[in-house]
Amino acid sequence: MNEMTKIETTLKDWETDQEVRWCPGCGDYAILKAVQRTLPQLGADPKNTVFVSGIGCSSRFPYYMETYGFHTIHGRAPAFATGIKLANPDLDVWLVTGDGDGLSIGGNHMMHVLRRNVNMQIMLFNNEIYGLTKGQYSPTSREHTRSPSTPLGSVDHPANPCAFALGSGARFVGRGIDVSKNLPDVLTAAHAHQGAAFIEIFQNCIVYNKDVFDDFAKPKGAEQQQLWLAHGEPMLFGSDKTGGVKGLRLNTQAFAFEVVDVADGDWQAAGVQVHDATNRMLAHMLVELPFGDFPMPLGVIYDDPAPTYEAAVHAEKERASAGKDASLAHLLAKGQTWTVSGTASDPV
Amino acid sequence: MATQTAEAQPDTQVQDSMVVRFAGDSGDGMQLTGGQFTLSTALAGNDLATFPDFPAEIRAPQGTLFGVSAFQINFGSRQINTAGDAPDVLVAMNPAALKVNLASLKPGGLIIADSGAFTKRNLEKAHYDANPLEDGSLAKFDLLAFDISERTIEAVKPFGLGNKDALRSKNMWTLGLALWMFDRPREPLHEWLKDKFKSKPEIADANIAALDAGHAYGETAELSGPLKQVHMPARPVEPGLYRTITGAESVSLGLVAGAQLAELPMFFGGYPITPASAILHHLARLKEFDVTTFQAEDEIAAICAAIGASYAGQLGVTSSSGPGIALKTEAMGLGIMVELPLVIVNSQRGGPSTGLPTKTEQSDLYQAVYGRNGDAPLPVIAARSPADAFDVAIEACRIATQYMTPVMLLTDGYIANAAEPWKVPDPSAYEPFPATFLEGLPEGEEFLPYKRDAKGARPWVKPGTPGLMHRVGGIEKHETTGNIDYSPANHQRMTELRRDKIAGIDVPDQEVSWGDGTGDLVVVGWGSTYGPIKQAVNRWIEKGAKVSHVHVRHIWPLPQNLGELLSGFKHVLMPEMNTGQFKTLLRDQYLIDAESLTKTSGQPFQIAELEEAIGRCLDEKCGGRIRTNEDQLPNPVGVEQ
Ligand SMILES: Cc1ncc(C[n+]2csc(CCOP(=O)(O)OP(=O)(O)O)c2C)c(N)n1
Ligand code: SF4
Ligand SMILES: [Mg+2]
Repeated sequence: MNEMTKIETTLKDWETDQEVRWCPGCGDYAILKAVQRTLPQLGADPKNTVFVSGIGCSSRFPYYMETYGFHTIHGRAPAFATGIKLANPDLDVWLVTGDGDGLSIGGNHMMHVLRRNVNMQIMLFNNEIYGLTKGQYSPTSREHTRSPSTPLGSVDHPANPCAFALGSGARFVGRGIDVSKNLPDVLTAAHAHQGAAFIEIFQNCIVYNKDVFDDFAKPKGAEQQQLWLAHGEPMLFGSDKTGGVKGLRLNTQAFAFEVVDVADGDWQAAGVQVHDATNRMLAHMLVELPFGDFPMPLGVIYDDPAPTYEAAVHAEKERASAGKDASLAHLLAKGQTWTVSGTASDPV
Repeated sequence: MATQTAEAQPDTQVQDSMVVRFAGDSGDGMQLTGGQFTLSTALAGNDLATFPDFPAEIRAPQGTLFGVSAFQINFGSRQINTAGDAPDVLVAMNPAALKVNLASLKPGGLIIADSGAFTKRNLEKAHYDANPLEDGSLAKFDLLAFDISERTIEAVKPFGLGNKDALRSKNMWTLGLALWMFDRPREPLHEWLKDKFKSKPEIADANIAALDAGHAYGETAELSGPLKQVHMPARPVEPGLYRTITGAESVSLGLVAGAQLAELPMFFGGYPITPASAILHHLARLKEFDVTTFQAEDEIAAICAAIGASYAGQLGVTSSSGPGIALKTEAMGLGIMVELPLVIVNSQRGGPSTGLPTKTEQSDLYQAVYGRNGDAPLPVIAARSPADAFDVAIEACRIATQYMTPVMLLTDGYIANAAEPWKVPDPSAYEPFPATFLEGLPEGEEFLPYKRDAKGARPWVKPGTPGLMHRVGGIEKHETTGNIDYSPANHQRMTELRRDKIAGIDVPDQEVSWGDGTGDLVVVGWGSTYGPIKQAVNRWIEKGAKVSHVHVRHIWPLPQNLGELLSGFKHVLMPEMNTGQFKTLLRDQYLIDAESLTKTSGQPFQIAELEEAIGRCLDEKCGGRIRTNEDQLPNPVGVEQ
C-alpha cells in the first residue's frame, strides 16, 4: 500500500459488469467479497489499484474487480507485478495466484518476488488442487491425495506455503480462510505492510477437493482448531463452549511449543506465549506447527517491514544519475574518438 | 613512435589492407590485445572489421587446443566489410594457437611465434610430435620465432614481479611489436594502461615497459627477413567524428535513442547469457538516461517484467540468445494478445539447445517469425553490422510503440562482439515518434480498450488514469471491449486483425545494396552476412558479371517491393548461416526458386567461398559468368565506392 489520499468508495464501486464464472459454492466467491469489502475500508482508489494474476480458477479474479487488471500467464504473475511496480511504484498492486500457479510452475518467481521484497499484496488461494485443469493434485496436496493423475493416491510430500514464503525472505506472512470473518483484517494488515505481503488463503474447491480444510475451517464446529494470532496478544484458542480455552506455551527445554489448558482466563498462570509478529524465529516455529497436535495458526503470523526493492532501485537510479550529463549526443560520442576533417585524411 | 617513413625506410611496405590474427591461450589476453590494436587502428584512420573468436570455457586448461582464443582484424585504407578470409600475419603465443590457426594463414603469410612457449609439455598438449618451429614444416610461410616470454620477463624485471606475473605482460610486449609493425603511436596505450591499473601503478609500469620493449624490438633488432614495417594510409571517409563500436554497444545505444525518440523511460529485463549479456552490462551503466535494468531470476521473468513495465507505461525491452528466447516464447504470445509495446533482442548463437555459446549462427529465424503457439505474428528485423544495429534498434522501438506490438530484433554473436568504425550520428537528425497515452474520452463516449486506430493499434492506457480502468489478459477477447469472448466469429476476426496489423506495418521499400538491380543473379542476404556478400558480389561486378546484392533488414513483414525486385533476376542465391531458413520463407512468400548456400560451422562466411559459389551459380544457372552478348556494365548505380 502507499501513502495516498483516501478515497470514499462502496463495495459496489469495486464490482465489474462481468459475469462471475466460478462454480456455485466455490470459496473464491467469498474471497472476492472479502476483498471488495476491505478495499473501501482502506480508502483505496480503484484507478490506482492493479490486480495481477497468473492462470487458474483463482487467477480469473481481476476480471471481477473494477480496477486495472492483468490476467497474465501461468505462474509468472510475480514477474509482471515486479515490472509494474518498478515502472510505477505508486500503483497499489494485488497479486492473485493459486497453489499450482504460485508454488508449482511459478515457485521460482514467488521466491524471488518475496526475497526482493517488492511492495504488493500476494494472495495465494490454496485449495490443495489444480481446479481449472479439472482436479489433478497440486504441490500442496496432502500425501495419498487421489486425483485423475494420481488414481492410487499421491506419493510426494506437500509444500507448506507459509514456510516457503518465510524461507524465501518474506517480511509479512499471514493466513486466512475464504469464509472467515477475520479475512478482511488479515488483508488490511497486509495492505498496511510496506513490502511483499504473503497471505495464504485456504479456499474450498467444492468440485475437486471439497471440504479438505474442514478439520479447522468448517464454518461451525472447527473454531477450537483455529489459533488467531494478534501481535502482543496471548496465543489462545478454543472456548468454554468447545471444551475449554487452551494456549500455546513455549517449552524452552525442548525448544518446542506445547498445548496447555487455561483455567479461568488466567493465561499468565498457564505460561501462554504472547505473540510477537516481528519475531522471525517465532514465525518459523508457528508455520511449522504440525496440525492435529496443534491448532492452525491464522492471522498475521509475521510482520516486520524492511526496505522495498523498488525504493532501492529508484534510490540507486537517482544516485547514479545525480550530476550526470544525460545528453544522448555526448553518450554516442563517448570513448576514444577521432575526427576526420575534409582535408587531413584525404587519400594520397 | 617509430619515425621511419615509406621513403626513408626501404623495408617499409605500403599496403591497402591487411589481416592480422592474434592467437594464444585463453589466459594470454589475446582479446585485450586485439581490442587495443583495434583502437589504435581506428585512431590511425583505417577502416576495419574484427572477429573475436574465443572458447566457451572461461579458463580452459592451459596450452590445450580447445583453450585457444583468437582475435582477427582486417584493416585498410579502403573499405573493409569483413574480418578477412585469411590472415597475412598470425601471432601464435603457444603451440596450440599455431596448430588451431595455421590452416587459415595465407600461403607465404608471416608467423610470429613465441618460441619460449614451445616447450615439450606445450607441444605435447597441442599434439605435436616435433617442434614445428624447428622441423621445417612451416617452410611455406615466413617464420619469425623468438622467445617473447623471456624478453618480457627481462623487460619487466625492474618491477620486481614474479615470473608468473611477469608473463602476464606478454600480450603487451606483443602488442608493442604490432604497433611498431604498423607504425602506430604508443602514447594512447600508455594512457590506457595507466588508467586501467590506476590502483596498481607498478603493474601499469610493468605493462608499459613490456609494450615499449616489444616496440623497441621491432625498431632495433636486426631483422633480416620477414619482419617489415607496413605503412597503411588512412582510409578516405566522410568528414566527421568517428569511434569504434561493437554490436552490443550499438544495440544498447540504439535502444536508449529509441526510447528517447518515443519519449519513454526504458525498462530492460535480462538474464545473463552469451553473447547477449553485454547489452545488459552496457545499459546497467546508463541509468541517467531514464533506464531501469532488471536482472531477473530467469529469461521468463525478464520478459514478463518488461511486459509489466510496458503495461505500466514504459518501453519494455528484453534481450537474450536462443535458449533464453525459447523460454520467453509464451510471454511473447501474451504480449501479442494484450498488444503492448516490447522489444526483444536475440543475439543469435549456434544451436540447437546450448549449441555453440560463443560462436555465431543465424538459425533462429524460424523461431523469430514462426516460433510461437497459435497464429502469433510479430515483426522481425535484423541488423547487418555492428554500426547498423544502432538504426535497427531505433526502428524496433518505433514499430513497437507505434503499432503496440512486441518486435524481435535479430543480431548474432558475430555482430555482438565485432567492432567497426562508426561515424557518430547526430541524434537530432532522427525523426521523433512520441508515444501517446489515452488519458480520457469525450463526455459520453464509451471506453473501448481494443478499438484500433488507422494503423490497427489499440490505445495505450497507463494504470492510474481515471475512468479508464479495464482488464487485459491472454484469453481471447472481444474485438472492441476486450472482455473475454470465446465465440467462433470473434476469434476468427481477432486472428485476422492481429495478422493484418503486423502485415500492414509501414516498412521502407527494399533497396539494392550493390549492383544495378536487375540481371542474371541476385544474392540475397540478411543479418551479419552483409560484409562478405557485399565484397564477393563486388568482385564479380568488377569482373563484369550481372550480379546484385540485396540485403534485407525487414524480415517480417517483408518490404512491399521485394517480390517484384527479386523477379527481375534470372536466379536467386541465398547465403545463410543456417540450413536455409530465410530461403524457405521467401520461397513461400513469392514462389521463387531461391537457392540456398548454407554454412553452419559457427564461423562467418569468407569472401572467397561466396565468390566461388556465385561463379558456380552464374555458370550453372545463368548461362555463364560474363556473358559477352550483353552490354558492358557501367559503373553500378547507387553504389558506395
Ligand atoms: C504453461 C501452462 N501450463 C499449464 C497450463 C494449464 N493450467 C491452467 S491452470 C493450472 C493449474 C491451476 O492450479 P492452481 O494454481 O492451484 O489454481 P486453481 O485453479 O486451483 O485456482 C494449469 C496446470 C497453463 N495454462 N499454462
Ligand atoms: S473448480 Fe474448484 S476452484 Fe475452480 S471454480 Fe470450481 S470450485 Fe472453484
Ligand atoms: Mg489450486
